[in-house]
Amino acid sequence: MLSPKRLILQVLNYTVFMVLVWYFSFSPPYVRLTPEQSMITLAVSHAGKPVQECRRKSPEELAKLPPNMRVLEECPRERSPVKIEVLLDDEAVIDQHVNPPGLYKDQGVDIYHSVKVPIGEHRLEVRMNDNVREDGPTHHYLQSVSLDPAELLVIQFNSAANQFVIR
Amino acid sequence: MKSVNPIKRGYLALEEWFNISFGPEWNPLYHLGTLTFFFFWVVLVSGIYLFIYFDTSVSGAYNSVEYLTHEQWYLGGVMRSLHRYASDAAVATIILHMFREFALDRYRGFRWFSWMTGVPTLWFVITLGITGYWLVWDELGLYVAVLSSQLMDALPIVAGSMASNFLEGQLTDRFFTLMGFLHLLGQPVILIFALWIHVKRLSHVEVSAPRGLAIGSFIALLALSFIWPAVSHEPANLHKVPAVLNLDWFYLNIYPALDYLTAGQTWILTLGVTTLLMIMPWLPPKKTGAAAEVHLDECNGCGQCAVDCPFDAISVRTRTDGARWEYEVVVDDNLCAACGICVGSCHSSNPFRSSKKALETGIDMPQFPIDQVRSQTKAALDALQGESKIIVFGCDHSFDVSELKEANVATLSFLCTGMMPPTLVEYALKNGADGVFLTGCRNGDCYFRYGNVWLDKRFYEGRKPVLRERVDRSRITIFRAAVTDSKKIRRELAAFTDRISELKRVADDAGMKEAENA
Repeated sequence: MLSPKRLILQVLNYTVFMVLVWYFSFSPPYVRLTPEQSMITLAVSHAGKPVQECRRKSPEELAKLPPNMRVLEECPRERSPVKIEVLLDDEAVIDQHVNPPGLYKDQGVDIYHSVKVPIGEHRLEVRMNDNVREDGPTHHYLQSVSLDPAELLVIQFNSAANQFVIR
Repeated sequence: MKSVNPIKRGYLALEEWFNISFGPEWNPLYHLGTLTFFFFWVVLVSGIYLFIYFDTSVSGAYNSVEYLTHEQWYLGGVMRSLHRYASDAAVATIILHMFREFALDRYRGFRWFSWMTGVPTLWFVITLGITGYWLVWDELGLYVAVLSSQLMDALPIVAGSMASNFLEGQLTDRFFTLMGFLHLLGQPVILIFALWIHVKRLSHVEVSAPRGLAIGSFIALLALSFIWPAVSHEPANLHKVPAVLNLDWFYLNIYPALDYLTAGQTWILTLGVTTLLMIMPWLPPKKTGAAAEVHLDECNGCGQCAVDCPFDAISVRTRTDGARWEYEVVVDDNLCAACGICVGSCHSSNPFRSSKKALETGIDMPQFPIDQVRSQTKAALDALQGESKIIVFGCDHSFDVSELKEANVATLSFLCTGMMPPTLVEYALKNGADGVFLTGCRNGDCYFRYGNVWLDKRFYEGRKPVLRERVDRSRITIFRAAVTDSKKIRRELAAFTDRISELKRVADDAGMKEAENA
C-alpha cells in the first residue's frame, strides 16, 4: 500500500517531469524571422550550356566510322557551371556557384538557397551565367519588389522560356 | 576510500531521492528502458486512433488534425496530446538512460555494444518524431519539411532538389502519402529492429515497466493532456515563412542550426556528435576481467549458470568429454562480463566440499577462484576478535566494504554479490561468524543487472542454489548501499552488530537457564 508521504512525493515528481516535458515540447519559442524580416528563396533547376560547341566531323573522320555511327556532329557532354547572384539594392544577398554533378559533369544543377532580408521596397536584381564560353551574365533580371513581414519571395528559372520567374 | 566523481555523486543523490519517493521497485531511474517502452506503447495506441481519422492528403491533413483536436477534444484531442507528450517523454527517458549509463560508467568495456547501438537508435526515434510533425501540415510541419529537405539535398545520394517540392504548385499528395507511410510503418519497423539489436547481448530483457510506475506515468500524461492539450500552428502557407515557431526541442533541436550553418555543416556537426558518442566506450577503453572458465570435471551440465547469466554468455551443449552427463556448458569469452554470477549459480561452488584439497567448481573466475574465496573467508573469520563477530560480504561496484573492517568485523568483496554461493553464508556462520552482513549495489541497480536479484531469490524465494532452510535467517541481513552511502551502511552495520549481541546474550541466558535446570 502506498504511504501518503510517498504518494505526495510521487505526485510532486510526476508533476515536475511532466511540466518539463510540456515546457520543452513548446518552449522556448524560436524566432526565425523578426517582424522586420522576410525571406528570399532561390530555387533553380537548370542545366548549363555545354563547355564547348559541337564540332562538325571531317569527311575523313566520318569515313572511318561504321555507316550506322556516322553522326555529323560531335558534342561534348560536360556542361558549364551555373553561377547565380541575387542582389538586393545592389548588395549581393545570394552568390551561388555550382558545378554540374555527374561523373562526366553532364547533369543539371539544382540550387535551393534561402536568405533573410529586410521588409519593404527593394530593387531586386538576378544575374546568371550558365556558359563558360561567355563572360558576364547570360541571363539578367531586374525588378522592384515590395516585401511584407514573413513573406516568401521565390526566384525560379524557367528553362523552357529561358527566363527568371518571381513568385 | 573509493573516489567518486561529482557527476556520479550527483546522479546517486538523485537516485536516492527517487528511492525515497518511489521505492526501489518503482524507481524510474532503474526502469528508464522499460519506461521508454511504455511511452512507445502509449504512442502506438494513440497513433493508431489518430490514423483512423487522419487524412493523408495535402489539403485534408491539417483539417483532420484540427477536427480531432477541437471537435473531438474529449477523445481525439486527448489522443493527440498523449501521442505528443508520450513521444517527448520517451526522448526524455532515453536521454536520462544515456546519462545514467555515462554517470555510472556503464557504457565502456563489455557494455560497448549496447551503448554503440543505442546512439543510432536515438536518431531513429528522432526521425520518427520529425516525420510526425511533418504530417500535421501546419506552419511547423512546413518548416520541418523544408529544412529536412534541405538537409537531404546536401547528401550526394539525393538527386534533384527535394526542397523544391515545397514551392507553390509542386507539392503533391503522393509525396505526402509517402511521408505517412514512413511515419506509420517504415520508421517504426526500423526502430523495432534497432531496439532488438540494442538488447541483443542481454538476457532476461525486461520491456514492461512496473505496473505502479506505468499507471502513475499514464495518469500524469493524461493530466498533462487535459491541462495543456497539444495544438497546431496556423495551417501551412507556401507563400509565407513561419516566423515564430513553438519548436518541440526534444525532436527539432537541430533545425535552428540551419539558420547559422549550411546543410553540409549541419550534417558534419550531427555526424561528428554521433561518432563521438558512438566511440565513447573507447575514450578511454575499459578492460573487462578474465572470462569465466568451465571445469568439466566438476560440471554436470545442469545449465543453471546459463539461465542466470545476465549477458547471454553461457550456452548449454551436448557433452564432449565422454562423461556420464548429457550436457555441458560453454562460455563465450567475447560476451562474458566477468561478473562471476555463474559461480554463485553453480551447485559445485560449495565451500563445505573437499576441505582437504583445493576447492574446484564447475565454472570459476580465474581472477578470484572459489577456492580463494573460501580460504580468504576462513582466514578473515579466524582473525576476528570481540564479542560479536561479523563478516561483511560486498561487491567491487558498490560501497567499499574494506572501509568497514574492524577487530570484530571481517570483510570480503566479490566481483558481484551474485557470485557468492549461498552455502558460503552457512560456511561463515559455522566457522566463527555470529552474523553475516551482506551488501552490494543498491536494490534494483546491480552493476551486472541481476546479481543482487538472484542472490535475494536464492536466499528467500527458492531459486537454485538455495540457502538451506536450517540456516538461521536472524543472523543474516542484507543492506545494499552505493559508494556514497557510507553513513547509512555504518549505521546499519552498528544496528546489526547490536542485534547479534542481543541474540547472543539471549542465547547465552537460555543456555545458562537450561544448565541450571539440568
